Amino acid sequence: MTTFTGESTRVASWRLLLRNPVTVVSAVLLGVVVFVAVAANWIAPFGVNDVDVPNALQPPSGQHWFGTDELGRDVLSRVLVAIQASIWVAVVSVAFAVVVGVTVGIVAGYRGGWVDTVFMRVVDVMFAFPVLLLALAIVAVLGPGTTTTILAIGTVYTPIFARVARASTLSVRVEPYVQMSRAMGTGDLYILGRHIVPNIAGPLIVQTSLSLAFAILSEAALSFLGLGIQPPQPSLGRMIFDSQGFVTMAWWMAVFPGAAIFVIVLAFNLVGDGLRDVLDPKQRTMIEARGKR
Amino acid sequence: MAVLTHPIIRFIARRLLYSLVVLLGVLIVVFALVHLVPGDPVRIALGTRYTPEAYNALRSASGLDRPIVEQFFGYIGSALTGDLGVSFRNGDPVTVTLLQRLPATVSLGVAGILIALVIALPAGIWSALREGRVSDAIVRITSQFGVSIPDFWLGILLIALFATTLGWLPTSGYRPLFGDPAGWLRHIVLPSLTVGLVAAAIMTRYVRSAVLEVASMGYVRTARSKGLPPRVVTFRHTVRNALIPVLTITGIQLATILGGVIVVEVVFAWPGLGRLVYNAVAARDYPVIQGAVLLIATLFLIINLVVDVLYAVVDPRIRLA
Repeated sequence: MTTFTGESTRVASWRLLLRNPVTVVSAVLLGVVVFVAVAANWIAPFGVNDVDVPNALQPPSGQHWFGTDELGRDVLSRVLVAIQASIWVAVVSVAFAVVVGVTVGIVAGYRGGWVDTVFMRVVDVMFAFPVLLLALAIVAVLGPGTTTTILAIGTVYTPIFARVARASTLSVRVEPYVQMSRAMGTGDLYILGRHIVPNIAGPLIVQTSLSLAFAILSEAALSFLGLGIQPPQPSLGRMIFDSQGFVTMAWWMAVFPGAAIFVIVLAFNLVGDGLRDVLDPKQRTMIEARGKR
Repeated sequence: MAVLTHPIIRFIARRLLYSLVVLLGVLIVVFALVHLVPGDPVRIALGTRYTPEAYNALRSASGLDRPIVEQFFGYIGSALTGDLGVSFRNGDPVTVTLLQRLPATVSLGVAGILIALVIALPAGIWSALREGRVSDAIVRITSQFGVSIPDFWLGILLIALFATTLGWLPTSGYRPLFGDPAGWLRHIVLPSLTVGLVAAAIMTRYVRSAVLEVASMGYVRTARSKGLPPRVVTFRHTVRNALIPVLTITGIQLATILGGVIVVEVVFAWPGLGRLVYNAVAARDYPVIQGAVLLIATLFLIINLVVDVLYAVVDPRIRLA
């Protein structure tokens, strides 16, 4: 008889994950993106706001790999630093959503009764608002800026984590080892930390990867509308907005920032899909059903 | 009385009650929006147009000078009777403005979902029936690309290609369907294609997994093993049953498009609800923001309710669960 220890399951999961070439390539790509995000200020060849009007709207060349914009600023440098800002906003806002959403979901699922009813009705109400609309409403209240963007995106992605955490908690809390632990008089906090959280981590890790992808898209959309990251800090969404008047004479102004968003989102999505196949094959992407915009 | 105990009626009643509770929550959130603004919303909205007279007039017209409890019940009562107040910017009734903008957004949403269905149904079914083959991989990769593309970027690229470079279609703008049908069609092609292509990518994945799930069911295996022709097994047993969950995702996508076309409407200067919200946020026109958010959230709820009810009608297992 084969017995599976926690460690052997982990090793098997890693093996499964590494066997999927698409996931491996996406993970490497994500590694590159994270490196760019961390090192953007050092690897950017020019300052993001170095205006050089005589060299405005130059096509890609050996000196300016991604060309220059209408003020002669280096598009590559701006894309690199904007990726940093984009990743920062996405990571912090999803971390906010994970902490708040998972806490709400676990407490609702574990306690049940009126706590569950109240928490989940609040989550239902939040689900009644389309993602971007709710984010816009929050920005309208608090005013545009990076902090508001983080708060807005974090808030709109909180309900999905609450639902995933609650659903997983409901199935884990009836497992014999949890019942046994309870019967032995173990405290709730210990049960939550020792038994519930580790056993619901799979679906949450998958959801985190997919949410990061959608958070990048949401941040780009808010910045495109001029309500996200504010100038002079460059943002991918705003760079695309600014490119609209120059699309035919300077295609590089629109193509490179858009391609950067596309590649990052694709990498997060593919890694999320790969993780789901390994960690949570049964779960469908609830967040897709809710829609990403 | 027997009608009232029918499972379908009981299901609809339960679902309706649930939607009303959520709608009440939505109303509370929408009401709270203006009260969460740091500072005085009327003062912020007036900006450089501020004079003490204008301030007092607007504050009084919007009811913000009354006690908060009175404001709350006043807002709920007015909203339920279709009165959403007046715009801070121009004094127009918000309900009238919203109703003027609604047809543009609905026409864009419906055109987008039709394009999505036309692409996603055949692509998803084809991909599932050819699982593991090259054509399946191509569909999966393409749909993954579609899910990852920012819609506003796609819109700008489509404008650059089909409007600016080739000159086949207008870059932006809107014509009413009943005043100028040909103009409406020319103007709606690019925005609806932008919305539809992204939705198609999401829906293709759902159609594919729904067909694969049904194909693994016992009754499909039985149909195949009793010698039914593959075409009959595929279309009568597999695809027909797989379309039930597809109905849900179609409804959800339509609701998502209606609430999420803000950026696409801005790119194409499409005079719908999304662009109205965008302009209202820029002008801090809180009654318009509140009204639009309430209307879109209510549409979202109604579409979800209709989808759930339709789902229960076509699949008895749902209402009995």
